[in-house]
This record gives sequence, structure tokens and C-alpha cells, in this order.
Amino acid sequence: MIRRFGYMLFLLLLLIIPMFPSFYLTMGSYIGLYSIVAIGLVLLTGVAGLTSFGQAAFMGLGAYTSAVLTTHLAWSPWLALFVAIALTVTVAFILGAITLRMGGHYLPLATIAWGISLYFLFGTIPILGGSNGISDIQALRLFGMELTDEKIFYYLIWGVCLVALWISTNLLDSREGRAIRALKGGVSMVEAFGASGLRLKNVVFIYSAVLACLAGWLYAHMQRFVNPSPFGLNQGIEFLFMITIGGAFSFWGAITGATVITLLKTVLQGILPKLISQSGNFEIIVFGIMIVVVLQWMRGGIWAFVERLLPQKAARPVARSSDLDMRIQPMKGTPLLKVTDVTKAYGGLIAVKGMNFDISSGEIVGLIGPNGAGKSTMFNLISGEVPHTAGDITFGNHIISGLRPPRIAKLGLSRTFQHVRLIPGMSTIENVMIGAYLRTHDGIFSAGLSLNRASDERVRAEAARQLRRVGLEGSMFDPAGSLSLGNQRVVEIARALCADPLLLLLDEPAAGLRHLEKKELANLLSDLRKEGLSVLIVEHDMDFLMNLVDRFVVMEFGEKLAEGLPQEIRSNPAVLEAYLGGV
Amino acid sequence: MSERLLTVNDLNVRYGKVEALYGASLSVDRGTIVSVIGPNGAGKSTLLNAVMGVLPSRGIIEFCGNNMGNVSIERRVAQGLCLVPETRELFSQMSVEDNLELGAFTRYRRGDKGIRATLDSVFKLFPRLEQRRSQMAGSLSGGERQMLALGRALMCQPTLLMLDEPSLGLAPLIVKEILNNISSLRSTGVSILLIEQNARAALQISDYGYVLENGEIALEGPSRELANNPRVIESYLGIGGVEAKIEC
Amino acid sequence: MDFQTLLILAQDAVTNSAIYALLALSLILVFGVTRVIFVAQGEFVSYGALTLASLQMGVMPGTVWLLLMLAGIAAVMETFRLLTSGAGQELPRSLATVLVPPLVIAGLVKVCTPLHLPLGWQVLLTMLIVMPMGPLLYRVAFRPLADATVLVLLIAAVAVHFVLVGLGLLFFGAEGVRTPPFSDAQFQFGFLSVSGQSLWVYVASSVFIALLAWFFNKTLYGKALRAVAFNRNGARLVGISPHLAGTFSFALASAIGCLSGVLIGPVTTLYYDSGFLIGLKGFVGAIVGGMASYPLAAFGALIVGFSESFSSFWLSGYKDVVVFTMIIPVLLWRSLSTVHYEEEE
Repeated sequence: MIRRFGYMLFLLLLLIIPMFPSFYLTMGSYIGLYSIVAIGLVLLTGVAGLTSFGQAAFMGLGAYTSAVLTTHLAWSPWLALFVAIALTVTVAFILGAITLRMGGHYLPLATIAWGISLYFLFGTIPILGGSNGISDIQALRLFGMELTDEKIFYYLIWGVCLVALWISTNLLDSREGRAIRALKGGVSMVEAFGASGLRLKNVVFIYSAVLACLAGWLYAHMQRFVNPSPFGLNQGIEFLFMITIGGAFSFWGAITGATVITLLKTVLQGILPKLISQSGNFEIIVFGIMIVVVLQWMRGGIWAFVERLLPQKAARPVARSSDLDMRIQPMKGTPLLKVTDVTKAYGGLIAVKGMNFDISSGEIVGLIGPNGAGKSTMFNLISGEVPHTAGDITFGNHIISGLRPPRIAKLGLSRTFQHVRLIPGMSTIENVMIGAYLRTHDGIFSAGLSLNRASDERVRAEAARQLRRVGLEGSMFDPAGSLSLGNQRVVEIARALCADPLLLLLDEPAAGLRHLEKKELANLLSDLRKEGLSVLIVEHDMDFLMNLVDRFVVMEFGEKLAEGLPQEIRSNPAVLEAYLGGV
Repeated sequence: MSERLLTVNDLNVRYGKVEALYGASLSVDRGTIVSVIGPNGAGKSTLLNAVMGVLPSRGIIEFCGNNMGNVSIERRVAQGLCLVPETRELFSQMSVEDNLELGAFTRYRRGDKGIRATLDSVFKLFPRLEQRRSQMAGSLSGGERQMLALGRALMCQPTLLMLDEPSLGLAPLIVKEILNNISSLRSTGVSILLIEQNARAALQISDYGYVLENGEIALEGPSRELANNPRVIESYLGIGGVEAKIEC
Repeated sequence: MDFQTLLILAQDAVTNSAIYALLALSLILVFGVTRVIFVAQGEFVSYGALTLASLQMGVMPGTVWLLLMLAGIAAVMETFRLLTSGAGQELPRSLATVLVPPLVIAGLVKVCTPLHLPLGWQVLLTMLIVMPMGPLLYRVAFRPLADATVLVLLIAAVAVHFVLVGLGLLFFGAEGVRTPPFSDAQFQFGFLSVSGQSLWVYVASSVFIALLAWFFNKTLYGKALRAVAFNRNGARLVGISPHLAGTFSFALASAIGCLSGVLIGPVTTLYYDSGFLIGLKGFVGAIVGGMASYPLAAFGALIVGFSESFSSFWLSGYKDVVVFTMIIPVLLWRSLSTVHYEEEE
């Protein structure tokens, strides 16, 4: 209710601003332009955990491309927009492809360098007019009307801004968006469910660059004049300041930040030089101090405060039944996974040495061994997270050793993580929905335009079904971070089930659980077995598995020590020795 | 009468991803070896990390009569509390000797003159480290790394040495060697708080033992008594009573 | 291009490379120890040159006020931290460390400024003013963020850059300065004529790099700094405080920056904002070194210096474009040669 009231108030304010003197109108237009850029930056920085100082340069790319094409070649601005976007996508793609594989700080460093280069290029290339820039840029024409009126342009800018807001919000609420929200915690979780982390990062970077380019294009045709100065590194930094102050975790934070910084800049530029009786951009001192204070005291920015005051958004109801396609589980007893002579060496250290075992459909196998025996490495070799050194792992008819996790996930292997990898701030059901990443196929575009509603609802229903299956229906809409560790592990299992796997891999699911929680987990797994699921559990705690598994594989020092039925393993002297040690 | 060195009272840790601890209490007397045994995930490492100050905790930690509540890790080290973590945390791109010297960093800052002598005594205890003194720590074998980690901790002349799974991932022969080393440290006056999943070995070299299960202290007593306690035998020293633990 | 020009360009390149190498080393050190990508490093370069210029003119440099301001803020923050953590008894000592040196230095500058001391003393005074700013900035801006991600620290560093550039304009105005050379001598080596100042740059930076190498390899404090960069947890467990290490690394950063500024002040005209670009060029060198390897970074600095110098001859307008675009192929090469994939914070 309050939220809806807020939206109405915001729209009303936007509508009536042109009735104030033209100073406010100009301010409003600038805020709109900067908000467009900041929305992209929120997606990049606040959501995906990457950052760029080059947004102003992308803006400049949009502005200059259109300026050159419309003045020197007399192209239509709309055609120029296409060229500008194509250029931006190319540049962003190259920068992203080069830097995103490496540590997170290489992208900002590369964008600093590229921002400076482009700024100098704008100032030196003769056709771009040097520091004088390019003037007399064509006005935009829409339906035969020339958009020279400042008021109309103001509405155009805010129209674009609101559409960008709508698309970005839609995007986050989609299968790709949920995967993007998971990127901050490392890519291995989303990769385990079939998404490519690198591709997602690149997509987000390109998307934010395109928004900046669009803003630049609008800027060029609003001013009808461009010069290098608004596209320098300082402006790129100011965009980052906007979202830091406004709140990097929400698109509304972007608009808040753009508003605050733009207004404050105007005020300070009026006051400070008089105060100091010297001319110069002294507002940067104030901005810099503000940022340090915000980072130290209120890292969520202004919007985090506002968000706390607003009532919770009501959860959308979930459809009762899900009709997502399911895999046909193979006949019980069909060979499923076969590990043949698998070896993994880290330099001279051999972590796994000539391992052999297999799993058939409908079977629960426990891979156990003392700490440091190489169980986790074996697990990661199967899931594809760690490349193997020698040997073969076959899953169904496919050799999966050497494949990356997303490919393996596609074949029907699904896993949990020993260190729970949920997105704490996201609702439990949305976390589980990530598991179904490969079961629908909506891309970025259909998500942005909200064409994915129907299939997304089906995924939601499926996630709810899995949560019911594991007994956590009641916490469906709670943030995953608010659940107990035991329940978070169960959510991980639900998420893995949501992928509709042929084989479920569980990595130490009982570690850190209290006695009762362990018992409940054992009951859950034994219920799942009744439903015909095939499971490989890596565990240290043999007691936990004793009544659960069909078969044990025991490892020690990277090698298979024993294999057999629980009763055999319990009385195997070598196993007893390995577990108890001897001095 | 023996002097109380470390008192942990009603320690609680609930922190994101780590194994939780619920109201654990234990104490270590000067000159003794105390072991904490228990299954994986019971919170043993959490206990040591909380005592060291690596993890935030609620409850009382008293070392040498001083409350450690707000004391930084560095201060705890300077006061003689030393942890060898499960992950060893060596400086793998630095030489063995540099690693050992850095172990004495707090003493160096105090202007302690006896560092050289300690280095010699560490080399006497682990002759293999002396042979490899200029080798990079990262190139050592698993057993040698554990020796280096122990040696580095000894360089700060700890009053209480906390060892997290010193036998982890080592071959049986080396485990034996390391445990002998630990046991021989007692004569140098160092007290030790030892965490081991190798319960039999741990109880053999320690004076007193605690059993930690699911984040709570389940049992305690002199090591010899614990080693003969039927419940400990069932759960940790033999595999007899497995069914009793999970009722399905 | 004739041989003569080539030699002149090369000489220019080496002079600049020496400075970039110094800056690259300090950037890598600060990043390794504190995870701060310290983009404001270059501001110390301009502060160094401009402070020296003020002293030359017999004017009290504005940087002294900044030093006092920083000390004041640090004192307030330290008081707040100690009182809220119940360690009030440490307050006098802690305040003394934060406040006394800046006050003494300010007094010294006040007394010495009108005396028109010889250049060597003025350089020393300049170092005394600028060097404490590093640790104080660390205390005020970065230490409270010690647990933050690299990204947050980078944003903070950029914010500090803004503040320092703005204050630079406030203190020194928009005019550029060129400080007097340490030596007016010209040396003739066959074809090659080398200015005394260039020699100063070579010698001073080589000596400083040698000193750093000695410090990091032979002294326990130096080893401790490296240890923090290699393994932060391990360092804490042997009792090396990350704050102490951070303070140290920032002190080195401001010292190196200031020294660089003093050295190139006579060679180039420096403005309040020139330091930033110089610092960034040091960065390009550091990136070549993967933000981790000191020798590779020094090599990177050489590449930067040479490409800058030669492109200024062939493509005068585009020299900065060339230098900054250069990191793209460098990053590409690093990206292809790196196996490291997953990064977790």
C-alpha cells in the first residue's frame, strides 16, 4: 500500500516538474540521464559484484558516434543509435572477455585505462573536433516532429529511464537474473546448475554499457553539442559515487543517488568557489569525504534506510502444480556413473590415485574416509569443478571427465555444497528456483520484456513442490540466510532436486549439524531413496550413513581402501584401522 | 597444586558457515596436555578458533588470569597463546628459516634477545627443518610442513600451544613421529590443547580429555579414564555401537 | 629518426621508467598488504613537488594543514574506537602517536619556512610533511574498512583520490610548478649528453629500490610485510597485526610518492592533478606484473616509459592513449596465461 503510494508520488513528481522554472527542468533531465547510467551500474556493481569506471566513456561513445554520424554524414540519429550500440557492445565484449576471467579487480582497472584513453582520443582526433567538440548536432525526430522542446525531451529521457528500470527489474526476476544475483558468491554454484558464470558476467557488463551508451546518445541530441569533458574518468567515478550513496543494491538507489549527487553538485558548485574565493571543482572534496563516510557507516547507502522503513513486499502466491518436463529415470540397477582409474595430482602431491567405483540407478552410495583422504577431491572430479589428471569418469553414455560443470549439469548430475552456497538475502524459494536453470530456456530479452512469466511460474511451482518434498514449505518466502544451518543444507538439497537430476551428489551434508538435525536429514534422504533417487554421499561420519546407504566406498590416502555393504565395511579391519588410527 | 592456564566458560559461537558451539566449557592447567576429541563437524576447530580470537564468540575466555574478551589475535600471540590451525597457514613463498623467524615476530618487537637460541632448539627438535632451512616452505612434504607449523609456533615461546588436527592427512609413520614430538614438548614446559580425530592417539599422549559432540561437551575426564569409558570406546575407539546412534 | 634523437628519447624513457617503477612497487606492496588498489598514490607525487615548491618560495605549504587535519580526525576516531571497545587506558599513548609527530613537524615547518634553507633540507622537510599522510590516510579512510571487499576498498581509494586532488587545487592553485634541479651539471658521454638531474633520478631511484630489496629480504619487519601479503591469516597467527602492516605499507607509499615527486619536479612541470596520471602509469607497470611480482612490475614500468617516450615522438598527441591502451593486450596475455578461475572474497 505504502509502496504503491510511493510509486504514485514519484510519477506525479516526474509529471509536474516541467511546470517549474526551466532550471528544475534541466536538473530533472540530467537526473534522468544519470539514472539510466546508474541503473546499469547497480546491476553490475551492487548485484553482480563487478564494477566499472568506464560508464562515462561508454556514454561518450554513444554521444560521439551519433554526433559524428549525424553531422558529418547526415545520418538519421536513429540509425546512428544502432551503430553506437553495436560499437558499445563490441567494446564491452572485448573488455569483458579479456578481464572477466581474472580477478574481480581487473575489470575496474581496465575500465579506468580505457576511460582515460577514450577521453584523450575525443580530445585529439581531428574529426571529433578536439576539445571544442562537435556542435549543431541534429535534433531527434519522432513521428515527423522535431524534439527540440526541452519539456518533451525531459519526458523522453524519463520515459527511457522508466523503461530501463522496468526491464532491469524484470531481468532480475528471471532465471538468468537469479543466476546473476548469485555471481557475487563465486561462480561455482551457478555453474553447477548449468549457467556459465563468465557469460553472465559479460552479459551484465554489456547491458550496463548499453544503458550508458543510450544515455550518451540522448545527451548528444538534448544538448545538440558534445565535447570531451563530460565523458572523462571523473564523471565515470561520479557514477560509481551515485550508486554508492544512493544504494548499490537497488535500482531505486540508483535514482536516489543520481538525484542527490546531481543536486548537491549544483549547490556546491554555487557555494564553494565563493566560500573559498577561488574557482575549481571543489565539490569533489565533499563527494570524496561523503563516500568514505558512507562506506564506513552505512554501506547500503540511502536506499537501504528507506527500504527498512517500507513494509515487506507481499509474496506472490504459487501455482499448485508444476508441469515442467521431467527426465525419465533409468531402470533400477542400470549403470549410471563409472569411475575408472581416476587420478588427480596437484604438482607432486597426489590427491586421488587410481580410483575405481561405480553407481547404479536407484542406489545410495556413501564415499567415506578419514579427513584428508581425498574424498572431496574425488567429489570435485565428478562434478567437474577440478580437472582430472588421468583416468575416465563416465556418466550414462557420456565421458564427463574433462567437461566443465555446466556441461555435466546438463547431463543430469546435480550437487550440494559442503559450505552452504545460498544467496542469503534472496527468498528460499528463489534460491531453489536456481536449481531449475536448465529446465526453462528464456533468454535475457524475453526476461527483460517480461515474456517469461508463464514458464517462470512453472519453475516457481516446481521449486515449491521440492520444498514441500523436503518439508520446508513453511519457510518458502523467508530469506534463505535466516534459516538454521541444518535447514540451509536441506534447502541446498531441494535446489539440487529442482534440477530434476539422474544422480544427486551430496558433499558432507551432515557436517556441522546437531544430533537431531542429523537424524532428520537421514530420514529425509531415506524417504528420497524410496522415491527411486540415485545418490552419492561424501561423508566423514560413518554412523550417519550406516543405515542409509546401500554400499560404501572407503578412501584413504587418495586410494580406495575398501568397498562393500555396510555390514562388511563395519567389520573390515583395514577400515577400522584407517578410522581409528594406531600409534 | 597446578595452576589454571586457560579457562573457557559457556562459550557460544554461531557465525554463518562455521560449525556452531553451544555453551562449551573447558580448562587447561599449566604443564599439561589436554585433548578434545569428537566427530567431524562437532565444532572442534571452531572451539580453537574462538579461543584464539579468529572467530567472534560469546562467553568467557580467560588466559593466565586475564579476560581475553576484547584482545586482538596479535595480543593473544604476544601473551603466549599460539594456534597451529588445520590449514597450517605457512608462508609458502618464503624459506623455512624466514617462516621460523616470523614465528618470533612478537618477541622481536619486544626486543627479546633469545630468538637465536630458540631457533637452534627448534632445529634440534626437528633436524629435518635445519636441512631444509633455505628451501621454500611450499616445497616441503606434508609431514615437514606440519613440523614447520609446529616449529613456527614454538618460536614465539608459547605458554599454551593449540594444535588443530596435527595428524591430518599424514602417513601413519609420520603421524607417530609428530605425536612423539608433541608429547616430548611437555618436558619443555609448554602446555598443549590438542584437537584430534585420531582419538586413540590423542588420549594416549594427553593428561585430560574432552569429548565434543554436536557443539557441546558430552564427556570429560582424565584421558586414561576416558579411554576406558564404554561410550567413548563404542563411539571413538571401536565401531561397536553404531546402530545406537541413529534410530531410523 | 637519427641516433641522437633515439638516445635522447631513451634517456627520457629511463628517467620516467625509474619513477614508474618506484610507484609500481609501492602499489603492489599496498595492494598485497591491505588489498587496497591505491589509485590516490599519484597525489603524493604532486604533493611532494608542490610542497617543495612552496617551501622554495618561502610559503607555508597547505599540505601542512592537511597533515594536521588528518591527525585531528585520526585522533577523534582513535578516541572513539578505544572508548567503545573498553580500552580507554591505551588512549594517551595512542593519541600521542597520532598527534605529536604531525604537531612537531608543523612547528618545524613554521620555523624553517622563512629561513630559505638549502635545497637538501627543504627536500627533507617536504618528506617529513608528506610521508606521515600515508599512515594517517590509512587510519582515517581504510582501516575501518579492513574487512571490506576489494571493490569497496577501491571505491574508497577513488574517493580519497577525489579529496586529495580537490585539496591540492585548494592548497596550491591551478598553476603548475617546476622546482629547481638538484644539479645543473651536464655530462657528456660520447654522443650522449646527460643532465645532472637525470642522473639524480637514476641514482636516487636505484638506491631506493636497493634499500627496499634489502628491507624486504633482510629485515624482520620487511619479511613481516611480505608475509601479510602472502598469507593474511598466517601472519595474524604469528602476531603480525594487519593494522601495523597497513600503516607501514602506506608509509612506504607516501614516502615513495613524495620522493618521486621531488625527483621529477625539476624535469616536468607538475600541476595539482598531474600526479594522478603519473600514478596510473605506475599502475600499468604494476598490472604487467600481475599486481604481485616486483621484478615484473619494474619491467612493466620500463615498457611504459619507453612506449610513452617513443610514442610522444611519433604520435605526439596520442602518447597517453598509447600508454593506457597498452594494458588491454597485457591483460589479454595475462588472461590467457592464467589458470586461476574462481575468485572468492
